[in-house]
Amino acid sequence: MSVLVDKFDVFAGGFWLTFQICVLAAIGALVLGAVVAVLRISPVPPLRGLGTAYVTVFRNMPLTVVMFFSAFALPALGSNADFLRVPVLDQIFTRLGTDLPYFRFALIALVLYTAAFVCEALRSGVNAVSPGQAEAARSLGLTFGQNLRYVVLPQSWKASIVPLGSVIIAMIKNSALIGFFGVVGDLSATADQLTGAEGFAFVPVAIGISIGYLIMTVPLGALLDRIERRQAVAAR
Amino acid sequence: MTDEALIVLENVNKWFGPLHVLQDVDLSVARGEVVVVIGPSGSGKSTLCRAINRLEPINSGTITFDGQPLPAEGRALAKLRSEVGMVFQSFNLFAHKTILQNVMLGPLKVRKEKQDVVRERAMSLLERVGIANQADKYPAQLSGGQQQRVAIARALAMQPKALLFDEPTSALDPEMVGEVLDVMTSLAREGMTMVVVTHEMGFARHAANRVVFMADGQLVEQAAPEEFFANPRSERAKDFLSKILTH
Repeated sequence: MSVLVDKFDVFAGGFWLTFQICVLAAIGALVLGAVVAVLRISPVPPLRGLGTAYVTVFRNMPLTVVMFFSAFALPALGSNADFLRVPVLDQIFTRLGTDLPYFRFALIALVLYTAAFVCEALRSGVNAVSPGQAEAARSLGLTFGQNLRYVVLPQSWKASIVPLGSVIIAMIKNSALIGFFGVVGDLSATADQLTGAEGFAFVPVAIGISIGYLIMTVPLGALLDRIERRQAVAAR
Repeated sequence: MTDEALIVLENVNKWFGPLHVLQDVDLSVARGEVVVVIGPSGSGKSTLCRAINRLEPINSGTITFDGQPLPAEGRALAKLRSEVGMVFQSFNLFAHKTILQNVMLGPLKVRKEKQDVVRERAMSLLERVGIANQADKYPAQLSGGQQQRVAIARALAMQPKALLFDEPTSALDPEMVGEVLDVMTSLAREGMTMVVVTHEMGFARHAANRVVFMADGQLVEQAAPEEFFANPRSERAKDFLSKILTH
């Protein structure tokens, strides 16, 4: 088990990189997922169709395949996803700005894939609001946007937050794939490096990596439990 | 009441799948008129009421409100809806907003009126329906009758040209029906144009200018209330009245 102490810096580095991509992907997926959710509940049929098509494609395709597309199709199309080299942001998340594009490709894949699940979590919250609420808002003359903003969303987020949390936890675990798509040095790739290249025993390394993921997922899960309990009390 | 028609339905048809819920319905409601729609359940009364502000889109025919055909989904429809108040069977007060906020939301967001003007009007409307002292409570803290009176105040806050009532007392405990009907009766007396779907025959008798009887998606007969209750012409209406008036 000494590897946990001796190679602490490698684990910590891996943790930091995985944490970075997870924060960025969570923000991206929440934003994109919200947009797709609005499309899916919009009163305009073509927009609804677009939203539904998006969810159908990305919810039903394995993340590995999405990663393949992102890592191979984007370069084939001549893109290095340079639009993600956002000034200032690339100072904090240094991998965003590097010449090697794989961090950006992996981020795109994670965002695209997770957004489909975020959309459905948000939509399940919207569906939990009684249809009479939206009807009353429409009958007052509120537009679709006003209806969402003032009536539906303030009531739906409570029902969305727990499924959303589960989606983000799944995303954190899914991020373990990025090491196989050219991203050097994330938490999972640490295993490869320490066991393959440096000859450490696998089990202690795996324990170290597990601890890394648990540090991210367990507090998130605990937070969700708290929110859920508070809601259960509020509902009484 | 003037003779000028405010709401006109011509040849309106509506299907729910294979079910023909509105069959060639023609109806004209004059400004200031109170029309009560009665009939057995499943006769299409509620659908008729909801079609007037396009909460239910119709399949064919035309509906005009104040001379304008109902617009398709979008801003124009939202504007039309803001001029037609609606009161629902299940109240549908915004659960996350206080009573006062419920009444103020439409004027503030749809009409963009000033906060203090709206607050004053909302309070006087709540005063009128007898719930001003509950203004800061949430809907769930009120009784059904109180909630429905708030819903009426909320609709009135938009200063609508007409009010639609979709079975406003059907979800209420019997002792609360009266307080809601009292508010509706006073509105009728003041000349508000109203379309009321209800099972309250007492209200139909004393507050309606005209009773419309519907069965199986058709508008079977319409007459002044005295005439309709004393001498229903159709067999269907006689049958309906004999069932509800014998108890």
